[in-house]
Amino acid sequence: MMLKPFLAALLIASPALAEDLRGTGDLGLVVEREAGSLLVVDRSERAAIGRIEGLGDLSHASLVYSPDERFAYVFGRDGGLTKVDILTRQVVRRVVQAGNSIGGAISDDGRLVAVANYEPGGVRVFDAETLEPVADVPMGSKTVGIADAPGSRFVVATWDTGEVWILDHSADPAQPAVTKLEGIGANPYDALLTGDGRHYIVGLFGEKGLVQVDLWQDPPKATRFLPDYGKDQPDLPVYKMPHLQGWTLADGLFALPAVGLHQLLWVDAADLAEIGRTDLAGQPVFALARPDQREVWVNFAPPDNDKVQVVDVLTHQVLDTLTPGKGVLHMEFAPRGREVWLSVRDENRVEIRDTRTREVLGQIEARAPSGIFFTDRAHRMGL
Amino acid sequence: MARLALLLAALAGTAMAGPPDAARQDQLRHLVRQDCGSCHGLRLTGGLGSPITAAALAGRDAGDLAGLILDGLPGTAMPGWRPLLTEDEARWIADYLLTTETQ
Repeated sequence: MMLKPFLAALLIASPALAEDLRGTGDLGLVVEREAGSLLVVDRSERAAIGRIEGLGDLSHASLVYSPDERFAYVFGRDGGLTKVDILTRQVVRRVVQAGNSIGGAISDDGRLVAVANYEPGGVRVFDAETLEPVADVPMGSKTVGIADAPGSRFVVATWDTGEVWILDHSADPAQPAVTKLEGIGANPYDALLTGDGRHYIVGLFGEKGLVQVDLWQDPPKATRFLPDYGKDQPDLPVYKMPHLQGWTLADGLFALPAVGLHQLLWVDAADLAEIGRTDLAGQPVFALARPDQREVWVNFAPPDNDKVQVVDVLTHQVLDTLTPGKGVLHMEFAPRGREVWLSVRDENRVEIRDTRTREVLGQIEARAPSGIFFTDRAHRMGL
Repeated sequence: MARLALLLAALAGTAMAGPPDAARQDQLRHLVRQDCGSCHGLRLTGGLGSPITAAALAGRDAGDLAGLILDGLPGTAMPGWRPLLTEDEARWIADYLLTTETQ
């Protein structure tokens, strides 16, 4: 008679169940781009704890996390948007929503997932729970640098038409209010949103200079800066486009990977003036601040992609040149900066280093790993 | 800068003169997939760069493609690969792209 409440009480009391539970705050996903799979990793164990397969073409794949850090939304090159559960290690849902995609973002309330597409050019927005389509915003251009801004907004730049679009889904998710800034510059190739959600910074490939859009102004205001940055005639060939997302605000400065120069550029965030340069071992791809912002870690385009350099934020000097191995594609810091995880593509492994001693703490086998994404990203703006 | 490029070209040239051997062909296939793939997609179906599958390139001249690989396409993001590849290697890649079914 009383079986049901009895069982419920048993379940609640059961210590075995409690042992089966776990948090996700020390987990992460490593993209195995050729295999179309994700490796689930545990930072505390410094180990892989599972693999999720069947995600399609993961060239240039990136992902974002749900607010509960349990689900990830994976953006594949083949237009696939896949929702995976990192606890059960399963694909929950998958839609092929376009022909060719470049990245995506999740809204600040965790309800909307936006995908930036090359083909057809524009942004499509989906319900984060069901992956049902919510809004479709054609832009007549390849789109780059999508980021989530506060207030259910997404910001994106257009490669072919040189515009910045701000989609505001706060009033009606299906009918976003669109603010379009035209004449941003030729061929924006990537963009980033600063961690406070205020400044959207766009890199231009088709002409020199960068653009900063101040989202606090109404209407948002675009300012050109660093007139010698970027290139129309390259000084050196660029075998891999720098990523802007990792650009760093450290000690009141931006540390920017130069395009077509083997340098890191230091820019005063207050007045956007260049204040110095650091010579590097190659064409920088990512320039990432260690979470305490004391150092900037840099990786490189081919043929120098076996190296990582560590640069001092105060002196702008290269402190260390590390050679983790062939094809260092990405670096991800533990949320408080104690460790850095490096994907070493051509050696099929992820290397874990102490960020202070630089010592190798461990390594994990992975199939041609590219991006590494820890779950703390769920709580960071503009990713 | 120009000197560096010349030096690299000289190094590549002396080490890799003539058609690429089997080991070098493996390296070149890897380069096509991974490094060309940065812009053209791992499956060469396009991205920031245009598709370069055999189907997409059908009818293109291998010599022209090799030249484009070596010298890039001014006004676009396509860099010249001359500092890293010999002319024979660029030609091998052009033939490879024109004849290989990508999966």
